[in-house]
Amino acid sequence: MSPSGDPLVDLQLAREHGLTDEEWGQILEILGRTPSFPELGIFSVMWAEHCSYKSSKRYLKRLPTEGPHVLHGPGENAGVVEIGDGLAVVFKIESHNHPSFIEPVQGAATGVGGILRDVFTMGARPLASMDSLRFGPLDDPLHQHLLRGVVKGVGGYGNSVGVATVGGETTFHECYRGNILVNAFNLGLVEIDKIFLASASGIGNPVIYAGSKTGRDGIHGASLLASAEFDAESEAKRPTVQVGDPFTEKCLIEACLELMSTDAVVGIQDMGAAGLTCSSFEMASNAGTGIELDLDRVPQREAGMTPYELLLSESQERMLLVARSGREDEVRAIFERWELDAVTVGRVTDDGRMRVRWHGEPVVDIPVDPVAKSSPELDRPVREPADLLERQKLDLAAVAPESDLPGALQALLDDPNLGSKAWLYRQYDQLVQGGTVIGPGGDAALVRVKREDGTATRKGIALSVDCNPRWCWLDPYAGAVAAVAEAARNVACTGARPLALTNCLNFGNPEKPEIMWEFAEATRGLSDAARALGTPVVSGNVSFYNETSGRAIHPTPTVAVVGLLDDWERHAPAAFPEDGLEIVLLGDTREDLAASAWLALRRGLEVGSPPKVDLDHERRLAELLRIAVADAAVASAHDVSDGGLAVALSECCIAGETTRGARIELEEGLRPDALLFGESPGRVIAATRDAEALTSLAREHGIPARRIGTTGGDRLAIAPPSGEPWIELPVAALHEYWTRAIPRRLGE
Amino acid sequence: MFSVIQLPGSNDDRDMRFAMKSILGCEAELVWHRSSELPAGTRGVLLPGGFSYGDYLRAGAMAATSPVMGAVKRFAEAGGPVLGVCNGFQVLCESGLLPGVLIRNHHLHFVCDFVHVRVERAAAPFTSRAREGDVLRVPIKHGEGAYFAHADTLDALEREGRIWLRYCDAEGRVGDASNPNGTLHAIAGLGNERGNVLGLMPHPEHAVEASIGGLDGLAILGSLADAIREGGS
Repeated sequence: MSPSGDPLVDLQLAREHGLTDEEWGQILEILGRTPSFPELGIFSVMWAEHCSYKSSKRYLKRLPTEGPHVLHGPGENAGVVEIGDGLAVVFKIESHNHPSFIEPVQGAATGVGGILRDVFTMGARPLASMDSLRFGPLDDPLHQHLLRGVVKGVGGYGNSVGVATVGGETTFHECYRGNILVNAFNLGLVEIDKIFLASASGIGNPVIYAGSKTGRDGIHGASLLASAEFDAESEAKRPTVQVGDPFTEKCLIEACLELMSTDAVVGIQDMGAAGLTCSSFEMASNAGTGIELDLDRVPQREAGMTPYELLLSESQERMLLVARSGREDEVRAIFERWELDAVTVGRVTDDGRMRVRWHGEPVVDIPVDPVAKSSPELDRPVREPADLLERQKLDLAAVAPESDLPGALQALLDDPNLGSKAWLYRQYDQLVQGGTVIGPGGDAALVRVKREDGTATRKGIALSVDCNPRWCWLDPYAGAVAAVAEAARNVACTGARPLALTNCLNFGNPEKPEIMWEFAEATRGLSDAARALGTPVVSGNVSFYNETSGRAIHPTPTVAVVGLLDDWERHAPAAFPEDGLEIVLLGDTREDLAASAWLALRRGLEVGSPPKVDLDHERRLAELLRIAVADAAVASAHDVSDGGLAVALSECCIAGETTRGARIELEEGLRPDALLFGESPGRVIAATRDAEALTSLAREHGIPARRIGTTGGDRLAIAPPSGEPWIELPVAALHEYWTRAIPRRLGE
Repeated sequence: MFSVIQLPGSNDDRDMRFAMKSILGCEAELVWHRSSELPAGTRGVLLPGGFSYGDYLRAGAMAATSPVMGAVKRFAEAGGPVLGVCNGFQVLCESGLLPGVLIRNHHLHFVCDFVHVRVERAAAPFTSRAREGDVLRVPIKHGEGAYFAHADTLDALEREGRIWLRYCDAEGRVGDASNPNGTLHAIAGLGNERGNVLGLMPHPEHAVEASIGGLDGLAILGSLADAIREGGS
């Protein structure tokens, strides 16, 4: 069956394709013969870690995926959650780490393009994007280059395609020096009766290819690039990175949404990882059908492409759809209007097989389910890292107290991890589609919902993406719990009710038992936190092999929580909105300097057990915030996280449209550096016009609430009940440290 | 009725329609770029922002050759009001309805932010709701927004009072510190000789709701709505 010119297929070639000896045996058994070269390519991509989730499957099964609002959970292109009035949000986060390290602009751009396709494939109009980005230290010229490139890629694609980037997070750490992370999130809006699934149903229905032509780019992106560690040779894999074309994507979005408003199409799938192969197998497998493809009809960018290349190309901006028989002309007319190719390349069959012809000859004939569904599931060995207890050991009494409290605050605000990210998000269109109520720079973004016909609704969607990798490295379970809790808390700060979450699990090489242990612990944490907070996991992505020359990144289970606000006009910003408000601290402050930003930055120590998150407290806190914001008992709410209370208070003063000061008085009892920079979770700074009402509401919810000061003036002063302030600085100075943190390191 | 021109790659077309229709209560329709005529009853034309044809050649260059631009030119020649925002401004320059060109921002970054602009000319059909010297807070979002023209063109523009809006600070002072992209003469909005065609880099359609971007965009779009109503639509 192999076309002439194809190499001889044997165990050696299978190994070069990343397949194990056992998998080779399985292939022989499934086919009852030696695979053709294109067939070997198909097995290698479909069974690669990136597509098959073979190492992670057994853990992902434990995540809670159902809830009263969940319409579609993991397994579809993206999760779908109902928000009432016949509407639903569709969202997912996905990694594009390795491509972005090799070619930052195109790697990041195609990451954004891919996640947009996952969303509009389901019939939703992409509404809002976020990005979680991790780089090495910013004093490294390579990472300055990577930051500039990634931001250019994210902006270049998102801006051009007309989808607002409304939030995100960016951190810098040594552990990402050899392997940056680019996780792209998108959320879209769909009418519930217009949701489309990737299903090739209806025997005899035409299979239509739409969008960009197929080229030789991105071949084996999923299998070779995403499913192996980096090494000195990785630069040579640059040709496996795809090239993005946002203009085509924009036309594709409009054409697909127009098409899906008719009933001419029965199923649709984007050609993402592993391209034509993966999309057709998934569609056939979901419908329990087969597909027949004629490769000669596939629109091709260059002459002489082989079946192997056509099947495995990861050229961007391509869709595969199944139309109702006899409706092909209607489909073609819509794509033509948007100046896009749409060609019938095959049809749906009833025999559960994938048959591919090229130059009139069969080149692939494989049963669908054994490839799509019965991919191997591994139970990889798990071992707690030998140095874990060493990492967690911290004798705080032996850590010298901070001798320069104002200096420490300055240093924290000037740290690129805590400093303003305006340098990045000013390069992103935050406004297009006219729904951005709260854009980047706050706790969570807030987007007003408009229907597809353009009418505005009262609904607002809050979104936040979070993870503290230092905590995850010190305790992956606690770190993952904290990531869910923080993202949910951020969403709650706007007044929204957290609904569901999506995650992007970035880890090292799963063949190492210590990495698998991190993964097992983190997924256990995600699972516990998602259950306790009532935010099921509706979509996600696993990215393993984030290592270079044997050095893994810190475990980074990035979590994005989506929440619903019934009336978007009743929301709270993060920054103090006016002078003369009372400031109330919700939640308790303990001596939590372990694993803190202060300890890392001022003492060079990344040690200790991260503070324990009380999930029951978090759930009550979220409920309190929802009610307090709706009743206008809260005028602003800001979560206390990295950098502790002093940094959070500074942000309340400087992150708004106008800076404003505050006078704060804190009870003594803890060492002052713990009071100011400790990172006890479950805390929120709320400004209020009616502190009495807020504290009594807090009492009802069992949330500790302390009146700690008032807004106003042009200085931030934090003082003990008597004596000199610990910190008293002009807010203009705080603003300067904070806004210059990133640009000054880039020489701008 | 307003015709909002929809080019492949237009992004703010629906937002412009929303502002005119849902906020200002005017009729507004999306008009596909391949139409060679504007719909009957068109009293105003809006060229929205976006990345027409991906801006792959030069921003606005491909769009300027669209069939619909012939109709827009005839509409403008007949005195009908035409407002181009961002990519729409670029299209107006490329199609010769306005002089000069918009080039890469001097700092080479795309920039999205709220800025201030000073109303230099308060008149129908674009700024009758404002007074000369008013400062408006409106957003910009572009990578190629620096207006460039030869010195004698700029002199003529100044002489003829064709600079309708200039970037300024919150107090209305014009200077380098408040110039977001290196545009010459702090130009944010530029009109034709007759005063019925205006190109704007800022996006008034993203400042029409109190809690989403503020209301200052209404000083411009509301004026346009008034002009249409007075003209009897």
